[in-house]
Amino acid sequence: MSTDAKFGRYGGQYVPEALMPAIEELEDAYRRYVLENEEGFMDDFRDRLRDFGGRPTPLQHAEGLSERYDTEVYLKREDLLHGGAHKLNNALGQALLARYMGKERIIAETGAGQHGTATAMACAHLGIDCEIYMGERDINRQRPNVFRMRLNGAEVNPVSVGRGTLKEAISETMRDWATSVEDTHYVIGSVVGPHPFPRMVRDFQAVIGEEARAQIEEKTGRMPDSVLACAGGGSNTMGAFHSFVEDEDVDLYAVEAGGSSLEVDEEGGVAPNSASLSTGSEGVLHGARTRLLQDAHGQIMESHSISSGLDYAGVGPELAHLVDERRVVPTNVDDDAALEAFHRLSQLEGIIPALETAHAFAYLEREHESLGDVVVVNVSGRGDKDLESVIEETAEREIEGAPDMDVFSGGL
Amino acid sequence: MSRSRIAEAFADGPAFIPYLAAGDPDTESTKEYVRALVRGGADVIELGLPFSEPIAEGSTIQNAIVRSLEGGMTPESYFELVDDLDVEVPVVCMTYYNLIYRYGASEAARTSDGSGAADEEGPEPFVRRAAEVGIDGFVVPDLPAEESDPLREACDEHGLDLIFIVAPTTRGERLERIMEQVSGYVYVQARLGTTGARTDVSDQTDASLGRLREWDVPKAVGFGISEREHAERIVAGGADGIIVGSALVDIVAEGTSADSRTGSDDVAEGDTEEETVAERLERKARELKEGALEGFEQRRPRPERP
Ligand SMILES: Cc1ncc(COP(=O)(O)O)c(C=O)c1O
Repeated sequence: MSTDAKFGRYGGQYVPEALMPAIEELEDAYRRYVLENEEGFMDDFRDRLRDFGGRPTPLQHAEGLSERYDTEVYLKREDLLHGGAHKLNNALGQALLARYMGKERIIAETGAGQHGTATAMACAHLGIDCEIYMGERDINRQRPNVFRMRLNGAEVNPVSVGRGTLKEAISETMRDWATSVEDTHYVIGSVVGPHPFPRMVRDFQAVIGEEARAQIEEKTGRMPDSVLACAGGGSNTMGAFHSFVEDEDVDLYAVEAGGSSLEVDEEGGVAPNSASLSTGSEGVLHGARTRLLQDAHGQIMESHSISSGLDYAGVGPELAHLVDERRVVPTNVDDDAALEAFHRLSQLEGIIPALETAHAFAYLEREHESLGDVVVVNVSGRGDKDLESVIEETAEREIEGAPDMDVFSGGL
Repeated sequence: MSRSRIAEAFADGPAFIPYLAAGDPDTESTKEYVRALVRGGADVIELGLPFSEPIAEGSTIQNAIVRSLEGGMTPESYFELVDDLDVEVPVVCMTYYNLIYRYGASEAARTSDGSGAADEEGPEPFVRRAAEVGIDGFVVPDLPAEESDPLREACDEHGLDLIFIVAPTTRGERLERIMEQVSGYVYVQARLGTTGARTDVSDQTDASLGRLREWDVPKAVGFGISEREHAERIVAGGADGIIVGSALVDIVAEGTSADSRTGSDDVAEGDTEEETVAERLERKARELKEGALEGFEQRRPRPERP
């Protein structure tokens, strides 16, 4: 059991004692229901993913991009999943597991609001009470998602400590859990946190890569040369990569948020990026040993990204391990490139991607020549939630072909 | 192994263990406050080394940690603070694992490519430095028994105690695992949740103390104790000590905001009626200690249960 808790040197269970019995209970439930399909849990889960969630999602050949890069580009359309992002795969899995475990209440943190939205939907679908913690800054950046959560009956609790982003929201949810652990399950939103979360969330997300692998085989009769996904905590990345890890010829790229700069302001304790795989160091945060943005003393830094969903100082332990093993290539693109990619994909393909997702497309733009003949990009989510920030951020920049944003502020 | 200084502190009656966040609001104040608590009867001092993500802490201590970090507290300035503290009572360092784990790597991280392989060093450099400045033990709220072997080994090597928290949810095998690891005292968490002063005493405490009755290690109860009466009840109920944090940190916080008020013109100067923060801490400490002693008196004649 304890060896399973680690991925190489990463992972583990660094949490307050009050949570340990719940984590043991969860490990047991994970093993029985998810790994051994007890009571037909996994069948129930897959049925719901299909009928409620809309799986399988398509693997679409992207004509505009393929022509632009002279490379066959395929899009795994997780933006078409119910809720508009890959987050539902995990939220539905965990909420269902909580119901099998007899828990009465669900809590979750959210950054971009996509995980919160997915959790609120899953809870409404399954009839479980739901409370979401969200940083105040993110509430301001992602108002449509806040409203969506509330429409589905969830309570949204603003978190004002620190910079009011994902890191603070996770800490606050853990505090709630330490009080309510006896009847509450914490649906963590990515492949982060104490064991068994990183493994379990990966298993729920692995459907992305399972489908993509079969679909690319069917469409092209071969494996892709590269798979690209954006990495915040790393759940869509691990989900897309998991089935390809054994295929040594498939290159796996985790694209992080380079923010405004890779330089760090040590004094202010601020990293103007969220590139913990590219620039971070090893440490212990939110229950796991992993790679983090931290200062020389081990204090966790405030991170930054134009996309709330990538704005986190840590990353999943398994992803950190695969990077150490040189199986996954860590890389990053900055805010400007992501915003440009957002507009480009919208115009070229008629797909408005999440700002998180746009990072993967910015990398495709920059590096397409070295990615091979067949490339799969995981479209982790759609961008409707981001329109307000995109209007604001676009106004501050010169972006080729971007629509005139003044129209939206009643100009002329 | 001979009895540690910490275990010794429990030898003559109930121990009063106050907690303060080091550097809240600055190091000089912390030294003054610790001395005041010792005058008020403290038997062990738990001194928090602030970590930016204090997940086990309620808002009172979270805010103290913010004040301390904004004042520039680092692990090294913490060690210097403790080195300067000329108090007789043992000092327990309460902090989160990342600071312990990173200490040895921080030099390497600055000089190399930044990857700073902390694993080569682990917690030993931190423990060695702690021993040097006279720290007697550790409480690490995000380090359960499952992950504590490296720290336990370093503590054994340098003769420090490793104190574990037992929660109201801790039962069965987990209790055994903690019992094998713990030394100094066991920190009995009075209620589920995070730290923070409360106005009642939870009966989860009695149940937890009951489960630990057979343990041959002092049992100190913390989380929520704020009044003399709580101290009395908890010690009467079988605790060997009480740990009080938020109720004291509240006094420091009030002093901090009062200080910032004296900066403005509309506060009269020379108000001699006002107690200083140190005086209030000393008075509060004395009340809590007296409560503990009172509870201990009530316990003495208690007949054996059938
Ligand atoms: C659309 C989308 N993509 C990616 C992410 C990043 O999370 P992860 O790396 O766990 O997939 C988020 C997080 O909110 C998201 O909403």
